[in-house]
Amino acid sequence: MIGRILLAAVAAGLIAGAFVSGAQMLKVVPLIYAAEAYEAPAPGAETHSHDNATADHSHDHGAAYMPDDGFERIGLTALTNIVLGAGFALLIAAGMTLRGRATNWRLGLIWGAAGFLSFSFLPALGLPPELPGMAAADLTGRQLWWVMTVAASAGGLALIAFSPNWPLRFLGAAMLSIPHLVGAPHPHEFSGGVPAELAAQFVATSLVTAGLFWLLLGALTGHFIGRGLQQD
Amino acid sequence: MEQTKQANVSLPLTFQQRIAATLAAALLGSFLVYGVGLANSATMHNVAHDGRHAFAFPCH
Repeated sequence: MIGRILLAAVAAGLIAGAFVSGAQMLKVVPLIYAAEAYEAPAPGAETHSHDNATADHSHDHGAAYMPDDGFERIGLTALTNIVLGAGFALLIAAGMTLRGRATNWRLGLIWGAAGFLSFSFLPALGLPPELPGMAAADLTGRQLWWVMTVAASAGGLALIAFSPNWPLRFLGAAMLSIPHLVGAPHPHEFSGGVPAELAAQFVATSLVTAGLFWLLLGALTGHFIGRGLQQD
Repeated sequence: MEQTKQANVSLPLTFQQRIAATLAAALLGSFLVYGVGLANSATMHNVAHDGRHAFAFPCH
């Protein structure tokens, strides 16, 4: 029984990950490649580079494995999306089984929308999707803020959607807003070299592709779990 | 019509099965998302680089 639920999620992640890889290749990845041409470590700024690590970095990019541009890099990005899709679908599945209601693709669509809000849309209010070479604050601080925002957003949305009374729903709304009242870590100066037009395009295209991915992922997860558990 | 009926029906799982499935899916899902999106390993970073940027994980 549990195996079927996990399998359903992995299947949904595989399909949605493959879909989003195509969309990204058309719309998102070209912008990343274009930005890398501008990627040069400005003195004193925390920009990042793939060719050599600056002293600000906790890890060294130079010594580690680096995929070659072309087929290898594209293939690994597709693999990344598929594994990420499976991971996100498993989190949706966890929400569905905790909720305990029968699912189908329509309900899955709503779960997918909630996943998009929690993992992409609401965190983007503090940390907009970023191209390589853009100025950014310390990584650990941003990751911490991101994880807390995802947790607060998912928990807040669950309270709003599933609470039996209004005080709890208001608590959910408060949870959603706390990370943004605290504020995400930001660089002290805007010193990135990426053109604003490229950055603006990237924010729009990456959010739209992520949104479509999440809707598809949610619908597939709802459908596969509904079907998988129906057959007994 | 079957779908509107389903919306108010429970999953055909016992309470223990539900909790076990929730824990298993949440742990495995978090592990995968953490590994791909957040793990602070240079190799993982380079492999997942374009995906991390495209999904707006904090990167670098």
